[in-house]
Amino acid sequence: MRFEPVIGLEVHAQLDTETKIFCSCSTSFGASPNAHTCPVCTGMPGVLPVLNHQAVTFAIKTALATNCTVARESRFDRKNYFYPDLPKGYQITQYAAPIAEHGHLDIELEDGSEKRIGITRIHMEEDAGKLIHDPDRPKSMVDLNRTGIPLVEIVSEPDIRTPKEAGAYLRKLHAIVRYIGVCNGNMEEGSFRCDANISLRPVGQEEFGTRTELKNLNSFRNVEKAIAYEIQRQTYRLEEGHKIVQETRLWDTARNRTASMRSKEEAHDYRYFPEPDLVPLIVDDDWMTEVRESLPELPDAKKARFMEQYDLSGYDAAVLISGRSLADYFEAAAKGLKEAKLAANWVMGPVLGLLKNGEITIENVPVNAGQLAELLKLLEANTINAKAAKTVFDEMVASGKTPAEIVKAMGLEQVSDQSALDDMVTQVMDANPEELEAYRGGKTKLFSFFMGQIMKQSRGKADPKVITQILKEKL
Amino acid sequence: MELHALTIAQAKKLLADREISSVGLVSAMLDRIEAHDAKVGAFLTVDRKGALAAASAADARLANGEDAPLLGIPVALKDLLCTTGVRTTCGSKILEEFVPTYDATSVDMLKKAGAVIIGKTNMDEFGMGSSTENSGFHVTRNPWNLDHVPGGSSGGSAAAVAARMCTASLGTDTGGSIRQPASHCGIVGLKPTYGRVSRFGLVSYASSLDQIGPITRTVRDAAIMMNVIAGHDPKDSTSAAVDAPDFTSALAEFDANGLSGMKAGIPKEYLGMEGLDPEVEKAFADARKVLEDLGVEIVEVSLPHTDYAVAAYYVLAPSEASSNLARYDGVKYGARQKDADGLIDMYKKTRSKGFGPEVQRRIIMGTYALSAGYYDEYYGRASRVRTLIMDDFAKAFEGCDIIISPVAPTPAFKIGENVDDPLTMYLSDIFTLSANMAGIPGLSVPCGISETGLPMGLQILGKRFDEMSVLRAGYGFEQSAPSFPGLPEL
Ligand SMILES: [Zn+2]
Repeated sequence: MRFEPVIGLEVHAQLDTETKIFCSCSTSFGASPNAHTCPVCTGMPGVLPVLNHQAVTFAIKTALATNCTVARESRFDRKNYFYPDLPKGYQITQYAAPIAEHGHLDIELEDGSEKRIGITRIHMEEDAGKLIHDPDRPKSMVDLNRTGIPLVEIVSEPDIRTPKEAGAYLRKLHAIVRYIGVCNGNMEEGSFRCDANISLRPVGQEEFGTRTELKNLNSFRNVEKAIAYEIQRQTYRLEEGHKIVQETRLWDTARNRTASMRSKEEAHDYRYFPEPDLVPLIVDDDWMTEVRESLPELPDAKKARFMEQYDLSGYDAAVLISGRSLADYFEAAAKGLKEAKLAANWVMGPVLGLLKNGEITIENVPVNAGQLAELLKLLEANTINAKAAKTVFDEMVASGKTPAEIVKAMGLEQVSDQSALDDMVTQVMDANPEELEAYRGGKTKLFSFFMGQIMKQSRGKADPKVITQILKEKL
Repeated sequence: MELHALTIAQAKKLLADREISSVGLVSAMLDRIEAHDAKVGAFLTVDRKGALAAASAADARLANGEDAPLLGIPVALKDLLCTTGVRTTCGSKILEEFVPTYDATSVDMLKKAGAVIIGKTNMDEFGMGSSTENSGFHVTRNPWNLDHVPGGSSGGSAAAVAARMCTASLGTDTGGSIRQPASHCGIVGLKPTYGRVSRFGLVSYASSLDQIGPITRTVRDAAIMMNVIAGHDPKDSTSAAVDAPDFTSALAEFDANGLSGMKAGIPKEYLGMEGLDPEVEKAFADARKVLEDLGVEIVEVSLPHTDYAVAAYYVLAPSEASSNLARYDGVKYGARQKDADGLIDMYKKTRSKGFGPEVQRRIIMGTYALSAGYYDEYYGRASRVRTLIMDDFAKAFEGCDIIISPVAPTPAFKIGENVDDPLTMYLSDIFTLSANMAGIPGLSVPCGISETGLPMGLQILGKRFDEMSVLRAGYGFEQSAPSFPGLPEL
């Protein structure tokens, strides 16, 4: 029997607000334990939550960017469970009435076709704290800095069928939340986390099989690997005549396998009920309009525009829009050029070549987009040639000087003057009579020899187009 | 002059005229506590040092000619209102050592108005009870008869005012916890409209029902206290964004126009109710007569879902409580039991030893009502009943300005009489808890005294945010016999 995997993803994205969702504590990462806490986020008796307006705006942004319908009225609920990283004994979340529903993302499959992945819902909630276990003593400590950091949980429909599709969906979602500036997307710091629900069913069967939930998938690669592993594990189980047990499984990065964490019987009864300390969240038309207008161009639209406006290939456009800052850099560099493709090549080549993981990013790359534009204009105006341009670029990186300064200091202006080049060509022809004879005798391959000699004589400054023309005439 | 017997209004005048000092007034209260609280048991914590310091500061301001609504007045707080640096136990062993790092908004407002916080009063643990017998520390006795309960859960706050250990106090009311002890102690208690007073810093029992309010000797004092504590608080999302009126102007309204033209509804479901004490019935009939004599027109109204109110309340309140009290698990809050074997065992031991039996009973009830498969049957249905009760009141108020009833079906019972019978205890909340379900204001004002010398109260309910009509009627009623029922001897 052949089986078809059915996969749904639950993504938790930390909203990049200044302050926490229900208090005014900072959300910044890396502070010493419990430095960013107050009576509200530590659940001190008597405190009450006050919803962060910015967090709601970010959730609405996320919803609009994923084609969801935003609810005019949504509500918060309490999810009750005991755990030491949860000081109130409950998490405030949206259970019965989430802020947004019924969205989708279109992903590109390997064969170039598109597939639509439905988004069931997006809801807001607060993050929990973190336990730090002392390796030497049987002791655990609690860090509540993360407690109360706003999250959106984005739940997909079970529309995904392969690990690759899961990866494509996740990368797309990741690009979107970073694009619209609601989440920094840092998977290592846990700003963007993914759980996966996986079940198998015989091909052709409508109803779903028993599913397992995978946790601890902290990179795109791990998501794909874990899902592939789990599909294989479930396939073997079913082929051997076993039943799949509904359970939560953890991905073990070191061993490349999933292992059971808790069964359905051990699952919590969260006893959800409406959070009585908060009033219903009303999103009126004004708020919606304000958020809609603040929404930047989304990756798909930008890619289409780049292909159209700059006459770029799909590949080039995809590379350039992969980050909002990169896309902005490209557009600034292309400004005023006749051929945007020139800027695209330079951005994708020399500029991206300068980036170093984490250290040098497109935001702080030593040659900014304005400087690059200046250089490319010199190139386009034939003031310098391509070879000189690369020399100038390297010097810009090294010295931080402007292209004009460098060109002048190094004497790199291209020589396009007809009479000067005429003389130069004549000189080279006179100096190489044997080659001249051979060429005229039919060895036309020697054309590049003459070109090379002239470039050498001009120290690379001669305009190759003009020389070609003169050479053709004189040879 | 008996300083401890002064009302806020009287003390304010004498303080302003420099005839008495705040230190003198506060000292008189502290002496009174010293002398009598061993037998009454109204207080859990007396902040002698803090109170005297605040009193001298108030005297300095008074000497400067400054004025503030409660400048120099000694006020006691129910011990589930958070106070910076002063332990806040909620009447529970589990919070015996809990010292908040912040003031409740109402406490902050009292302090800003110049009030001197004299101490924290006893209560049923986390507000769960109607007699203050469920305190984790000790019982509080009724100053009118020490063998009887003072009511609850704000029993300490009511007893402290009746016993003249403070000029006024704050209580909280989730199902009658201000009005019922005020009734049992022969004083005035007001539960404001839900959302009128910030709940920030009130340790939650049932968040959707809890409300802070004043317990005072007179209706005027209640209005003065309301002027201080009412108003929108951005820290409480459920606090209403409506401006608070000058509540004392309701009294001026009575002085100018009496009560004529006012309509008072009596719910027909409340009449001849089973378990209604004949003395309470008689006192209520007399009160009705007094109001009629003041020109109030009495009309019959109907609250058809009254029968379901208690049942629904005892699903909703424990459900919320089971969640609100989850944080007392020994990790961050709640006295941790150290002899535990692992985390789960620590949770169990901490909560089993820290919480009293009534709190455990309600946590179990609430946990059950919210559990998977039962939610719709219990919490869902109770919520629908609540909506129906709200509708009942809205409809009833179409035909009247206020609704009157007894506060409690009986005068204060004997200590220990009902401890093994929670159901009788729950049913005694019938007249009061509907107001919490509907979110409307309710006042308790003394209206009778039993043959055994125990006070009884008249409850006056009003429309949402119409404390003015309630206070006007209560004040008018009070003025018909201004010195009733007097003060209990200790
Ligand atoms: Zn905080």
